[in-house]
Amino acid sequence: MTLTVETYGTLAEANAARRGDSRYLAGGTLVMRDLNYAVPGLSRVLRVSNPPRAIRQQGERLSMDAGVTMADVIESREAAFLAPVARSVGGPAVRNMATVGGNLFAAHPYGDFTAALLALDGEVQFVDGRTQPMEAFLAERDRAPLVASITMRMPRTGEFRFRKVARVKPKGVSVMSIAAWLPGAPMRVSQVRIAFGAMGPTPLRARAAEQVLEGKVLDASGIERALSVATQGLAPVDDALASAWYRNEVAPVHLRRLLLDEEPEP
Amino acid sequence: MSKIPVQFTLNGTEKAVFVDPGANLLDVLRRGVGDLSPKYGCAQGTCGSCAMLIDGELRLGCLTLAEAVSGARIETTGGLQTGEEPHPLQTAFMEGFAAQCGYCTPGMIMAAKALLDRNPNPSRDDVIEAISGNICRCTGYQPIVDAILTAADRMRGRIA
Repeated sequence: MTLTVETYGTLAEANAARRGDSRYLAGGTLVMRDLNYAVPGLSRVLRVSNPPRAIRQQGERLSMDAGVTMADVIESREAAFLAPVARSVGGPAVRNMATVGGNLFAAHPYGDFTAALLALDGEVQFVDGRTQPMEAFLAERDRAPLVASITMRMPRTGEFRFRKVARVKPKGVSVMSIAAWLPGAPMRVSQVRIAFGAMGPTPLRARAAEQVLEGKVLDASGIERALSVATQGLAPVDDALASAWYRNEVAPVHLRRLLLDEEPEP
Repeated sequence: MSKIPVQFTLNGTEKAVFVDPGANLLDVLRRGVGDLSPKYGCAQGTCGSCAMLIDGELRLGCLTLAEAVSGARIETTGGLQTGEEPHPLQTAFMEGFAAQCGYCTPGMIMAAKALLDRNPNPSRDDVIEAISGNICRCTGYQPIVDAILTAADRMRGRIA
């Protein structure tokens, strides 16, 4: 199959050139892999020569251009709360390439950064100016227009927690990741948002656990009910890293460690 | 399928090649330019054997679109030595038996160089983090970490 690569000056131009058969190439960690493996149907690639890579604070929210890399996040003072999440993605070379926008489209078991954005009430802004809450975006991301930027709430100190569970140390692909925005923590929490990565086709919220945590203190008795409903609404699959059964069994254990803010195992 | 002209600097030497649309930089360096030092491993960003510096930043050749590097400065292990003199990282790897089959070594060394360029006095944890995207199936990693720390010491002049 003949392959074409089209380079545009702006995201708007690239978006206008999109058709059903085209893929947008940003950092390369998803699309280049598919090109290398000659994935069927990949015949038209669009890219932008110098996509925007700004991180901006907008009141209580933080905005990141889709072209921001994981390395950019780690170096950003405004995005310091997300640095541990970005650091959990790949090694240094991948982090210099992988973008926030690309992570939104990373298939299971990847997409840990997106789990964090989901927990932080993320909102996607498309190049055509429309916006969509992260959860709705993830449900239909295969049909999404080109993404321009993402915004998220900036948590207060201690209100955002993230754990990535992997079998290979120091870096491995997720058995699961958990991101939680815990307003009020470590005391009585309210409006909690918990998102799991690698526990479904896309990052998913643990809504049942969120609801029973309302007004609770994050101690052993306060989180007990949340742990018992932790996997409600999640849809893990079997893969080479873990079975769905295993993921369901250990999810409450890792959620407990996160909610009690226990140190991750070395 | 029309080819695309690309110009870049490889280890200080100007290169001009024609590349296929969608070709990755690793293929172009190995097949088009003849630099066989970066290795072809997984072609999906997992193994790190094709790690190289592009404009001073550690990247993976297999995941880099070749036509996107026009005007870039590319460094591979093929250009690390000065004349007949190996780079301190190469010397430390040889002396410390940090290479067995050797397939991961070019990527390991470029990941280490990226670290030492930014942080000449790394901790052991810094080194482990720096090579966390590079897989070695022979050494168990400890000799590699030791070699990088030795090279860092030598480059700072602490060991003769």
